[in-house]
Amino acid sequence: MANKISRETIESNAMDSEFVDRIVEAGADRIRTCIQCGTCSSVCPSGRRTAFRTREIIRKALLGLKDEVLSSPDLWLCATCLTCLERCPREIKVTDAIIIMRNMAVEEGFMLPQHRKTSQKLLETGHAVPINDANRQMRKELGLKEIPPTVHSSKKALADVKKIMERTGFRKLIEGQTEEEQE
Amino acid sequence: MTSNQTYSFFLGCVMPNRFPNVEASIRRVLPELGIELEDLEGASCCPAPGVVRSFDEPTWLALAARNLALAEMAGHDLLTGCNGCYGTFKETLAEIREHPQRMKEVQAVFKGLGIKFKGNVDAKHLTEVINDIGPENIAEGVTRSLEGLKVAVHYGCHLLKPSSNRPWEKTHRPVFLDRIVEATGATSVKYKDKFMCCGAGGGVRGSQVAVSVDIAKEKLDNAIDAEADCILNVCSFCHLQFEASQMQLNKEAGEEKYNLPVIYITQLLGLAMGIDPVELGLHKHMIDTQPLLDKVLK
Repeated sequence: MANKISRETIESNAMDSEFVDRIVEAGADRIRTCIQCGTCSSVCPSGRRTAFRTREIIRKALLGLKDEVLSSPDLWLCATCLTCLERCPREIKVTDAIIIMRNMAVEEGFMLPQHRKTSQKLLETGHAVPINDANRQMRKELGLKEIPPTVHSSKKALADVKKIMERTGFRKLIEGQTEEEQE
Repeated sequence: MTSNQTYSFFLGCVMPNRFPNVEASIRRVLPELGIELEDLEGASCCPAPGVVRSFDEPTWLALAARNLALAEMAGHDLLTGCNGCYGTFKETLAEIREHPQRMKEVQAVFKGLGIKFKGNVDAKHLTEVINDIGPENIAEGVTRSLEGLKVAVHYGCHLLKPSSNRPWEKTHRPVFLDRIVEATGATSVKYKDKFMCCGAGGGVRGSQVAVSVDIAKEKLDNAIDAEADCILNVCSFCHLQFEASQMQLNKEAGEEKYNLPVIYITQLLGLAMGIDPVELGLHKHMIDTQPLLDKVLK
């Protein structure tokens, strides 16, 4: 038995009062009306089998615990099934709030390696899931065009898509960070 | 059957690059229903609403708008057979229509690329178009009744939600897809958590595969408990999830514990319309569809 129960205190410098403002501005405008009822957690398919608690993320966001929320792998357990958003009695766009926080996390360099890989595939090919040899073969056997008539079949289209990702800063966001990581 | 409609067929990534058999079934069946498909040449990833939108929303919006613009320039509405792509296009259209500033941002990104975009194009899920034809008309085209076949219908998430931006009746328990399935003579079985997610979206399958497969397992177990002959989907990513997760579960168990055929809606309709299963790509599944075919072709 422990002799004492230690007290968990949130230091004021851990709280960023502007964090929730940014979430509101980006579209989850009712997040401050959260009553912590837990409906979001109770309908969450990921929460059913992991320690991921949507209610906890929302509470931490409201407290302004920016670093804690953005660095947590839990943020990436949401399958974006939108059930919490549909069921929230305060009509908070919960899924949107999670996506907004994920954008902030990536901006700050918190990105799972598999997700960076997917992004690199998109940057390279215009597809997050590009064609491979087995599926080229299957397409042929099925009487489909061996290479799908997408960006895969057009250099001009791929160039346009790449240009768009340059202009929005996506290439820098993904590859810039990779370079820093490699240093 | 009905007057012909032409759509720009948006393929996405998973369908053409991992499940061309699903693509083949769509291309084979929709024209039979009076729906003509024109290739949306040069289209990219939609991009995926769970991953790319989570990484950088402005990039997601711009690439989605480009795909929509390609359809708009071709003069057709866009048609997709993937719930994720559907979600991306529906949410992008809402965003640019509700916030003119976002449209300006997108157009600035398109500068000099020859992409004209007014935003007056629409995006539809093929289930929407099939539903408009109506179960009664579908039933009239049935030449091989699927009577006796028990189907676990999986709607998926982005087809239905957010409900504020979807065309369906406002209910948490829709029946439109069950009605289409039952028009073939098959029975849509009741099963636990029918409206639960497949577990693939949001970047969960890509990064936390154990959690993702466990969600799929729960749905598969529920469908098996209801004695379903197959699990039916309308989304290439749900399709991947149910096929690949069963393979993985079998690998982990060291035995073939899971063998529930995973069927896409146009494959089921095609069977009922008397089309050869090979033309519907049913011989190219990860989980053998033969038990289902034995039942249907008896």
